[in-house]
Amino acid sequence: MATQHSRSIARMMLAPATTLLLAWMLIPLIMTLYFSFKKYLPLRGGDLGWVGFDNYVRFISSSAFWPAVATTLIIVGGVLLITILLGILLALLLDQPIWGQGVVRILVIAPFFVMPTVSGLVWKNMFMDPVNGFFAHIWRVFGAEPIQWLSHASMPSLVMIISWQWLPFATLILLTAIQSLDSEQIEAAEMDGAKPLSRFFFIILPHLARAITVVVLIQTIFLLSIFAEIFVTTAGAFGTKTLTYLIFQRVLESQNVGLGSAGGVYAIILANIVAIFLMRIVGKNLDR
Amino acid sequence: MRFNKLIGLAATASVMMSGVAYAESLTIATVNNGDMIRMQGLTDDFTAKTGHTVEWVTLEENVLRQRVTTDITTKGGAFDIMTIGMYETPIWGKNGWLVPLNDLSAEYNVGDILPAMSGGLSYDGTLFAAPFYGESSMIMYRTDLMEKAGLTMPDAPSWSFIAKAAREMTDRDNDINGICLRGKAGWGEGGAFITAMSNSFGARWFDENWNAQFDTREWSDTLNFFVNMMNDSGPSGFATNGFNENLSLFQQGKCGMWIDATVAASFVTNPKDSTVADKVGFALAPDNGMGVRSNWLWAWALAIPAGTQKEAAAKEFIEWATSNSYIELVASKEGWANVPPGARTSLYENANYKDIPFAKMTLDSILSADPNNSTVDPSPYVGIQFAAIPEFAGIATEVSQEFSAAYAGQQTVAEALAKAQAITNDAMEAAGYR
Amino acid sequence: MARAVTPRRKAINTIIAWLVGLLIFFPILWIVVLSLKTEGDAIKTPLEVLTSVWTLESYAVVQDRSDYFKHFSNSVIIALGSTLLGIVVAVPAAWSMAFVPSRRTRGILMWMLSTKMLPAVGVLYPIYLLFIELGILDSRIGLVVVLMLINLPIIVWMLYTYFKEIPGEILEAARMDGANLKAELIYVLTPMAIPGIASTILLNVILAWNEAFWTLNLTAAKAAPLTAFIASYSSPEGLFYAKLSAASVMAITPILIMGWFSQKQLVRGLTFGAVK
Repeated sequence: MATQHSRSIARMMLAPATTLLLAWMLIPLIMTLYFSFKKYLPLRGGDLGWVGFDNYVRFISSSAFWPAVATTLIIVGGVLLITILLGILLALLLDQPIWGQGVVRILVIAPFFVMPTVSGLVWKNMFMDPVNGFFAHIWRVFGAEPIQWLSHASMPSLVMIISWQWLPFATLILLTAIQSLDSEQIEAAEMDGAKPLSRFFFIILPHLARAITVVVLIQTIFLLSIFAEIFVTTAGAFGTKTLTYLIFQRVLESQNVGLGSAGGVYAIILANIVAIFLMRIVGKNLDR
Repeated sequence: MRFNKLIGLAATASVMMSGVAYAESLTIATVNNGDMIRMQGLTDDFTAKTGHTVEWVTLEENVLRQRVTTDITTKGGAFDIMTIGMYETPIWGKNGWLVPLNDLSAEYNVGDILPAMSGGLSYDGTLFAAPFYGESSMIMYRTDLMEKAGLTMPDAPSWSFIAKAAREMTDRDNDINGICLRGKAGWGEGGAFITAMSNSFGARWFDENWNAQFDTREWSDTLNFFVNMMNDSGPSGFATNGFNENLSLFQQGKCGMWIDATVAASFVTNPKDSTVADKVGFALAPDNGMGVRSNWLWAWALAIPAGTQKEAAAKEFIEWATSNSYIELVASKEGWANVPPGARTSLYENANYKDIPFAKMTLDSILSADPNNSTVDPSPYVGIQFAAIPEFAGIATEVSQEFSAAYAGQQTVAEALAKAQAITNDAMEAAGYR
Repeated sequence: MARAVTPRRKAINTIIAWLVGLLIFFPILWIVVLSLKTEGDAIKTPLEVLTSVWTLESYAVVQDRSDYFKHFSNSVIIALGSTLLGIVVAVPAAWSMAFVPSRRTRGILMWMLSTKMLPAVGVLYPIYLLFIELGILDSRIGLVVVLMLINLPIIVWMLYTYFKEIPGEILEAARMDGANLKAELIYVLTPMAIPGIASTILLNVILAWNEAFWTLNLTAAKAAPLTAFIASYSSPEGLFYAKLSAASVMAITPILIMGWFSQKQLVRGLTFGAVK
């Protein structure tokens, strides 16, 4: 289809973006790799020489490493599950003709605009605080002992906060996909006497496969590096330390850049394992 | 009279002229505590006196620490003055990252700074940061509830008395907890409290060879005592309570006793915010008869990063903000109870300040804290609720997270101590101490 | 796929949808309420909160303490600047990948996305040193560049998926008619790509506005955006619910308003190629 001429132009056009991205990815990656083989302690005078694989061994043998990997995967998995399930239900609901559709849609997508820091702070203080929080007040009205959300139910609380932020995104994409579904097809199925449930499973859900893939992919990218929500709510206590948070602790709290950099390399490896895994399972939907 | 006015005008004009001539714009990083916010509001007075303007970067404590540490270690020069604490100052001073404050003016009177404060803010005898306010910790208790329980608070109580009083004062039906203490993770939150408390139980962080000591009986005594007392008479969810949560509980009348920073005294006795303002008594932090009390020592101080272009103006600011005339300025606008406490000897000799109910106990608490002899058994580090080594903040934050998990009942005290031991030794090894 | 339904069914759907919508929106609504209360009232039970006096006191305190408009304008410049710069870089790349695909195209796309997974904090020190070296610490231009680079993979991918939906035959036809590349871009491609570009801009302005790691760590007084403004209210001494609520409302309102006015574009364009 394309001529030789337009191919070379295409390559020229691709150049700025790919060069920039290459630089952006390679420079930090090389820096991370470089520091990960160094003993680099900013508070002790900075660069203290090469240490081989010491940082890698130390990072992975720390008692906090495997729990952090598990926490990361639980958060990603939990949020994906909730946002996709609720997102499909919401998208189906918003697709129905209702009065004030525009306003309802605005209400539903609003959390997506809230800064992660703000959302963490608001949930932690105004809602989940066991003394003055909204939930505590409600619990007391019914004579129940308020829940210690962020200590006794730390992971569910965190998954809930993050899901609240990402539900609008999933809903929007799924809604767009549902709206593109041919309504004649549905009507035909209805005529044939297909029950709503089987209509959903045999017509709507297969149609959504591609949209779900996109939601999974994009959200995974953002969720793997989630940070602000944990920083302002539990600060990594009560088993909420993700890999990203562990690296933060090593670099900024312990001021051990070498150790943190080795952690950064592990994080990239984990991200790539997840990415390959995702591609195997859902990637073929994208090629369709 | 007229002549005086003229001189006054001329003086003002010359100050303004010189101000214009050397006017600088200072960038100051500070923490969002009440006293600093008050200082921010009074900046105009500084500008009027010197001509220098100030741009404030006010951040929450954890963000501030992270921000200024990154900048100082990389010599970024983003700030002309940084608000730092007693933990950072000696470490940074030792590395040569701070401008020595050894040439402050005579009228500033460095000698007036409380020795405990200037000692903690110096390295090798050189002052590197000027205290904006200083604090120790003490017991704040409800006099009415203490009376109701039929007890009298001694001036220097023991832990066993405190535990007994806490149980007596607890009244779950009326939502009154005998005692409120910090359990929140973080080295400056629950970590600071339990470390200071452990000192009075004879525990220490490290032995003289930098080996972690969490496997000792002293630490397990400390933690078990704390957990038992809090489960019996503390508020539910104390594992996430820090300074602010406890302050709010106490102000709402939900605590019988609270052991925390001496600066909290002005908050709990301020009738505007506190429902129990007129029923608060004070006592020294408890001990266990081992010769060491459980109070800490801390100062928020102003320091100048080495290499700044605006050193002279920055020193002018520090002299303004930590001087006696600043204290008088605050007193004239907000009353003596709200002046920054714990930094200067003369404040405690001031007749106006003597009437403040918490003044004496604050001073006594500060004077009874000794960072150089903080533990019963000898230790290799300086500091009471911290060890002034660069690795401490990171280690203690992780250790206090394990402790908080034990407070919340997610693991046993023994498990938490075992993990703390492993974390600490591991990190000390990584840093090359062991 | 919307179809005609009975009024009864529509009424039931309406009620359910409104309830769900309000439930999701409630946290935002509640901070608006708390921001209009005194600190003492803001910690009371919900019923007492609603019946207590309404006041703008907290907004006055916040405005008095921090220069809101400075932070606001920094946020606007950083968010818009980084997004527009990103678009300029990304459009040619996405265009060529969509219309002149090669075997490597998908690989390049996936690789671009994977660069987003590098944990930011790991490279804080190197980047900070680089910024000092270049003299762009605490400058808006520095943040514009960093946020542009962070969001570039998303921008390229979004644009690529839109461009791919434009049928190639149209371009062929234009070329037959003698249109050169420039004309092809301006008269044929651009009008068709506008909805896609618009929603790409919207999404990336939101992402840049809400970015809280680099914007906080690479700024001091001059370039600090609203994320730094929030950090000075997050957990001070004493009661703070009302002030934190007021600051939060001030920080999220501009982006919320932008989102509401442009939600049609956002909804129409936010597909990431999910619809075929």
